[in-house]
Formats: sequence, structure tokens, C-alpha cells
Amino acid sequence: MLAGGRGQGAEAELSMPVIAVLGGVAALIALAAIAIAIARTGPATGIVYGASLVVSAFLLGVALFQLGTGAGMAPSLVLPLGLPGLGSHFRMDALASFFLIVVNLGGTLTSLYGLGYGRHETWPARVLPFFPAFLAAMNLVVLADDAFTFLLSWELMSLASWAIVVAHHEAPANTRAGYIYLLMASFGTLCLLLAFGLLAGAGGDYAFAAIRAAKPGELVAGLAFVLALAGAGSKAGLVPLHVWLPLAHPAAPSHVSALLSGVMTKVGVYGFVRIVFDLIGEPATWSSMVVLAFGGITSALGVLYALMQHDLKRLLAYHTVENIGIIFIGLGLAMAFQANGMGWAAALALTAGLFHVFNHSIFKSLLFYGAGAVLTATGERDMERLGGLIHRLPHTGVVFLIGCAAISALPPLNGFVSEWLTFQAILVSPQIAQWGLKFLIPAVGALLALSAALAAACFVKAFGVTFLGRPRTPAAEDATEVDRCSLAAMYVLAAICFLAGVLPGFVIDFLAPVVRDLAGARLPPQSAMRWLSIVPIAESRSSYNGMVILAFFLCSAVLTATFIHRFATRATRRSAIWDCGYPVVSPTTQYTSSSFAMPIRRVFGTTVFQVHESVKMPGPGEMSAAHFHVKVLDPAWRLAYGPLARATWMAAQKLNGLQFLTIRQYLTLTVSTLIILLLLVVLWR
Amino acid sequence: MALIDNMSVQDLLGELAAQGLQMFLVLLLAPLMLGVTRKVKARLLRRRGPSVLLPYRDIWKLMHKEAVLAHNASWVYRSAPYLIFAATWVAAALVPTYATGLLFSWSADLIAIVALLATARFALALAGMDVGTAFGGIGSSREMLISSLAEPAMLLIAFTVALVAGTTQLSAIAAHMIHEPVGLRVSLGLALFAFIFVGVAENARIPIDNPATHLELTMVHEAMVLEYSGRHLAVIEAAAALKLVLYFSLLICLFAPFGMITGEKSFQTLGIALGVYVAKLLVLAVALPIGETAVAKMRVFRYPIFLGGAFAAAALAVFLLFVSQSF
Repeated sequence: MLAGGRGQGAEAELSMPVIAVLGGVAALIALAAIAIAIARTGPATGIVYGASLVVSAFLLGVALFQLGTGAGMAPSLVLPLGLPGLGSHFRMDALASFFLIVVNLGGTLTSLYGLGYGRHETWPARVLPFFPAFLAAMNLVVLADDAFTFLLSWELMSLASWAIVVAHHEAPANTRAGYIYLLMASFGTLCLLLAFGLLAGAGGDYAFAAIRAAKPGELVAGLAFVLALAGAGSKAGLVPLHVWLPLAHPAAPSHVSALLSGVMTKVGVYGFVRIVFDLIGEPATWSSMVVLAFGGITSALGVLYALMQHDLKRLLAYHTVENIGIIFIGLGLAMAFQANGMGWAAALALTAGLFHVFNHSIFKSLLFYGAGAVLTATGERDMERLGGLIHRLPHTGVVFLIGCAAISALPPLNGFVSEWLTFQAILVSPQIAQWGLKFLIPAVGALLALSAALAAACFVKAFGVTFLGRPRTPAAEDATEVDRCSLAAMYVLAAICFLAGVLPGFVIDFLAPVVRDLAGARLPPQSAMRWLSIVPIAESRSSYNGMVILAFFLCSAVLTATFIHRFATRATRRSAIWDCGYPVVSPTTQYTSSSFAMPIRRVFGTTVFQVHESVKMPGPGEMSAAHFHVKVLDPAWRLAYGPLARATWMAAQKLNGLQFLTIRQYLTLTVSTLIILLLLVVLWR
Repeated sequence: MALIDNMSVQDLLGELAAQGLQMFLVLLLAPLMLGVTRKVKARLLRRRGPSVLLPYRDIWKLMHKEAVLAHNASWVYRSAPYLIFAATWVAAALVPTYATGLLFSWSADLIAIVALLATARFALALAGMDVGTAFGGIGSSREMLISSLAEPAMLLIAFTVALVAGTTQLSAIAAHMIHEPVGLRVSLGLALFAFIFVGVAENARIPIDNPATHLELTMVHEAMVLEYSGRHLAVIEAAAALKLVLYFSLLICLFAPFGMITGEKSFQTLGIALGVYVAKLLVLAVALPIGETAVAKMRVFRYPIFLGGAFAAAALAVFLLFVSQSF
């Protein structure tokens, strides 16, 4: 009896982290309920975001502690809720812990940002109850250890976020965004439902442990993989399933946009990793090729879409698509290496992909906060109506610039490290035997290189047009800096961009348990490397040291500036703009977002997007204004969704006739359906 | 890196001096190389041309002039020259010039050096947009077009060389090219071809850009820095000269590293290696204007053809190496 008691005690101790996280989730759900009651009162915004901040920070602490110390442990818990005979399983292995960190780091800082930003909300009652519910749902998805709980939480996540997307449904664009989001979310869940159904098999045991233990046949594994890619990919924003993303993400209030873009897409990635790497197990070569191809296309198209935008938030949303592509390239490479039994290379590629998951959640949140700050300060999202904000919003300008540099993969910030690791993974791939992959991987590498360069162009545009130059409208001219809470959240994220870029070895080591669980191997411990360099394979092969680069960089910049100021001159005079001797006063003569992107639009856009530019000049003597119009078509709408919508409409028209039959005809239909089904059953046996 | 641990203080100082020598070597040689290209170009055009030392005097003179800033110039505009210069200088100091395996050669590989140049370009393009003139905008916009075509090509060149040498460390690549029987390879030939195209584009030379022009329709680099004056302009000019030497050094390191010191350094080997390096730089500095005078400046929308060619050549080289390591 004593032994039994001790055993129970040890078990309870083992599941403590799960209980802690579930407690946090329960607190968030309770908060959502409270928020419904108090949303119309004055201090509601402060209470809800403050409480979410505390709970998320607690959850973040638990997840950090679990990943940092619980090496190889996977605390789990079964609650007698949910389906009879199944219960709700929860488990917190290394993968779940890592994604809990991503979710709750985003949640914590978004709550902090929301403390300031949320005050400007015109309809707080439409946002406040759903915000903690959304956070709770994302935590539950990551924690779930059976298909039922997973799907239920996944749907809760979709619905809670949908409610925030349509919070401002007065604007017709937002309603449309919400409608398309709902459609795509249902499609994704349907795919996941079928994938789990296939994996659970005829026995129908939906616990992940059972699915993991049952090795699916080749056909079932293949089908489940395709369904998981479609289901999780639609949430993450894989081309061509990305169409809802640039509509829905900008429609939400900016802090929730940050959560949608920075965090929820990562939960989509989590779903894919969980099903494909963990539940299905050993990947097939062709499946890695599919992931790589979609990843490469997504990364290149995503950044090209982003370059064509002039709405700041929509640009950021489209750019998320690119980063999802980069993450999926890493995952696809890991699958290819795994299929070839190259565990160490799979570990490298997986580390690159997961590192980018972390990085993107950081800098995309930062940039959306920045866009929110611009929106608060000016009421504008359209870059063509902004400009010169660096003078009016000095702090936001600094952090937004750091975010832009980080997302453009510039050393010594964090975005560069994950792209560098991906490139290193590509460079070990000639050892792969399959010819298909031998041709595909260099092509994907070229697409990745292209998207890295275009990303820099995209963010020179985003920062240059919004923050530099001269203000284009009075709104931009009269902007004032945003509140301290918002700034604090942005500064924290900017600091993480720096730290993860300068000391990437610690992040890689932190990821090691996750990678070891999934790929069966890990990178050599990086914190043991001298001078804190990162050395993914061997010292003779490649190494990078962000800290030394930063030190050199700062030293040479400061030395040069000091030398010149000390020994040459430091005299400075302010004067009017020179502009080759013909300064034009009007700020409309500046380069705009559209004109900045024009050369790239011409070069890449005419074939990909069927860009159509038209100029309408007034005739001689006419007093009307000239018009310039650019039409950019998303090929996904043209090639996939347009035909699909038309086909659905046609089918609906045809089937409409079935609604006006006589009772005799209905009975005939019913009976014949029954007979056909019975026949099928007989034949199947 | 392993070197550092089992090294006496004296050796460490020697290694530091070797790294420092490289750092200041590229800085001091940069204006000279620019002067040589200008002189050769002038002679080819049957002008006498200025002294090869003129770039030194220009930079010195500009450094002592007061900087004139537009009223609405922000801190981005004021700090960008130093950031551009620092990024270019760090990148140039990490490319092996006269010896492999210098003290800090492991801190950045070829991909990181390409990315450091991207950092410099990012700062330059933002500086071009800071004051809010149409010229700055046109320069930045075109610069980003060129870089979006040239940078992927450059990365594919890096892939090619890395696949041949089995490493992305520049120092190890140079050592591999010197010691191993690499031979004449199709892939390296294609990479060299692509590298020359990319180098021409990145350094704003004809046929992509004209460093001597002030004709608005043809400007790219000059348009971005149009508003700069005084010490800021001096630093930018120095960075441009450094970038040229960086690309020369990179070409030498990747495709013609013979004559570099790969083992112990002595004063004799040092002298020879430095002499060989400077001689190679001079050959390139003479060859560049010869190539430039032979072709005409291109229209903007012909750049994609020029750089797309480089991209295709480099991509072909990578494909060949994926098919077989012996290409």
C-alpha cells in the first residue's frame, strides 16, 4: 500500500507540468467567461489583458522549465472528459514544450502590447472574450495527445480567431475575409479529421500513443500525409491554400494579427510536424519531394505577393507566407534525409526549420506590433499615405527597423542564422541517392536564395516608404509616439532578435531534445564550442559567429566615426534638400510603394501575376486628373479557386432541381440509395 | 579556432597582427585599385586621366569638409555611411587575401559574407530613401532590383564552390583549391562566368551602372548617394572602393588562390604572398576597365537578361555538381 502510494505520488509529480499548463488554460477560459460579463465596463481591457499576461507568462515559464530540464521526459495526463472510452489525453514532450514556448511567448507579449493598444478598440466587447479563449485553444492544440482533443481544440482555435477577425464586420472586406477564413478552416479541419481517421484504422483508437504504435501501411501513410499537408498547410498558409491569410490577418486588430501571423501559423506547422514526423514516422521519399516543392514555391511566391502590396498589414501577412515556405523547406529536407537514413543531416535541417519557427514568431509579431503602432498613430495602413514617421515615432522606428533587418535575414540578427542553417542543410544533400531529390533540392535552394534577396527589397520598401522620406498626408505629419506598454513589448522582441542572432548556439542547444525525439540525432552541443560559434557539422566545414561579427562591425563603425570626428571634421550644416539642384517641394514627388516595386513587378510580375498597368492621360486642354491603375492577380484565385467556385455554383444549380420532386420520386431515390449501399457492403465483403 | 587554445601569447599576437595586416591591407589598397581602373579606362579612351592616387586625395579632402544635411534627414541617414563602411570592411577583412587560416577566418563563411554585403546594401537603400527625393527613391528601387537578381546568383556561386571544396569556409576553400587536384571543371568555369557578371553588377560598373555618370536616367548607385556630402560621402566612397577590392579578393580566393600562404608564415613567404596578391589585384584592376570599354551601358529592363544569365549559369553549375561531384 505504501509502495502504491509512492508510485501515485511519483506519477502525480511526473504529470505536474501538464497539470500546471491545463490549470493555466482553465484560467484563460475562465477569463474569457469573465470578459463576457465585464467587457462593457471601463477597466475591462486592463483586467483581461493583464490577466492574460500573467497566465501566459506562467505558461511560458512552465514550458521553458520543462524543455530546459525535463530531458527525455514526456509527462502526460488523461482526464475523463471527451469521448466515452477515450477520455482526453494530454502530453508534454519536447516538441509540445517548444511550441508551447512559441505560443506563450507570443501570448505574453501580445497581452502586454494589448494593455496599451487595446484601449483604442472601439468595440472591446467583440474582442476581449475571444482573446483569452484563442490563447487557451492554441495551448490545448499543442498539449493534446489524442485526435479528438486535438481536433476539438483546433476548431476552438479557428472559431475564436474567426470571431476576432470579424470583430469589425461593418467593413464589407472584413466580412468577406471572415467568410473565406471560415471556409478554409473547415476544409483544413476536414482534411485533418480524415487523416486521423485513416491513421486510427478500423479499430478506431484515437489516442496518439496507439496511432504511434500502429505502423500504417504505405497507402494509408501516404494518404494521411497528403491530408495532413493540406489540413495543417491551410492553417499555416502554404501556397495555394494561403488565400485566406492575407485577407484575415490584416482584418483583425493589430495585436491579434500578430498572434494570427506569428503564432497561429506555427500551430499549423506544429500539426504537420506532429502528424508527419511523430505519428506517421518514417517518411517516404516522394512525400519529402512534395513538401520541398510546396515549400520552395511558397517561399518565392509569398515574397513576390508581399512586394506587390501597399497596405502595410497585408504586406506583412503575405510575407508570412514566404516564411512558412522557408520553414517547410527545412522540414522537407529533414524528411528527405530521414528517408535516406542520414540522421545527422535530418537533425540539421529540422533544427533550421524549428529555429525559423521561433524566429518568425518573434519578428513577425514585432512587425505587426509596429504596424499597429503606425495605425494607432496615424489611422492609416496604406503606405502610400504615410512617410517620414521616423521623426514622429522615434522608438517605433528603431524597433521596426530591427524587425525589418531581422526578417530580411541580415547578419548579425536572428533571421540570418536560420537561413544559414537551411543553406548548410542544402549543401550536404548531394549525398542523397534519389535522382528526383538531386534535381529538386538545388532548385529549391535557388528559390530560397531568390526569396531571401526579394525579402530585403520588400522590407526596404516597407520601412523606406512608411518611416523615411517626407510625410505624404497630414495624418502622417501629426502622428505621435504610442504608449509605453506597446513600446515595451516591441523592445523585448527586438532584444530577442538580437540575442538569438548573436548567441544562436543556445537556441540550437535548446532545440536539441526536440530534434532528437523527431530525427533520432542531434547537432553537436553548441555551447561547448569555443567563442560561442555555431558549428553544425564540423569546424572545417562551416561555422558562423554572430558575436564576433557584431563586435567587429561595431568596432569598425565606431572607430571610423571617431577617427573622422576627431582628426578630420565634425562640422555639420542643415540645409534644404539639394536633389540635383531642382528640389520639388511637394512630398507627392517621392517614390511610393507602387513605384518602388515597379521594376520588380515588371520583371517578375508580368508572368506570375499577369500584372496589368494602365495609364489614362487627359487629352490636351482637359482639366481632369490623370489615372494610373495597377491590377495584380493572385494566380491561386485564377487557377484554383475561381474554377472551383464556378464548378460548385454549376453543381448547385443542377442539384437545385432535386428540391422540387414529388413524394414518390423522393421515396424512389431513398430506396435506391439504400439498395446501392447494401450492394456495396455485400461486394466489399 | 582550435588553434587559439594551444598557442602562446607571442603566437597569438603574431596571428592577431596577421589578421590586422589583412584588415588594413584591403583598406589601404582599395582607393589605389579604384585609381588604377580609372587611369586605365582614361587611357583606353585616349585621355590622360588623373593620377592613380587621386581617390586617396579625394577621400581625404571630402573627410575634412563639413557635411551638409537636409533639414529632414534622420539618424538613419547620418549613421548609414558608417554602417555601410563597417559591414563592407568586415566582409573584406574576412576574405583571405595573402594567407589562409587567419585568426578570425572561421567567424564568417562565404554565405555570411554575402549576407554582410546585403546588410550594407540594405542600409544604403534606406539612406537613399531617407530625405524623400525622387532620385533617392529611383536609386534604391533599382538597386534592390539588381540585388534581387544578383544575390541569388551569388549564393548559387557560393553553393558551387562549396560543393566542390566540401566547405563554405573561404579559408578552407582556398586551401582546398591550392592543395587538392581540383583541375579544370565545368562547374567552376560556369561559376567564374557568373561571378564576373555578378561582380560587375554589384560594383555598379558598365554595363549595369556607370560610376562616372551624373545623368539621371542611368544612375543607380550615384542616385542613392546624391544627397551625401563631406565626410559622409568620403566614407561611402571608401566603402565603394572597398567593395571593389572585396570582389577582386573573392575572385582571387575562389578561383586563383595560388601563391597564398597555407602553412607557417615567415617574412620571406609573407613578402612573396603579398606581392602575388597585389599583382593579381592589379591584373584585375586593368582587366575590368578593358571589359567596360568594350561594352555599352544597358537599359534598366535589360538587367534581368544579363543577371538572369549569371543566375542560370550558376544554377547549372549547382545542378551538375548534384548529378556528379566530378563535374
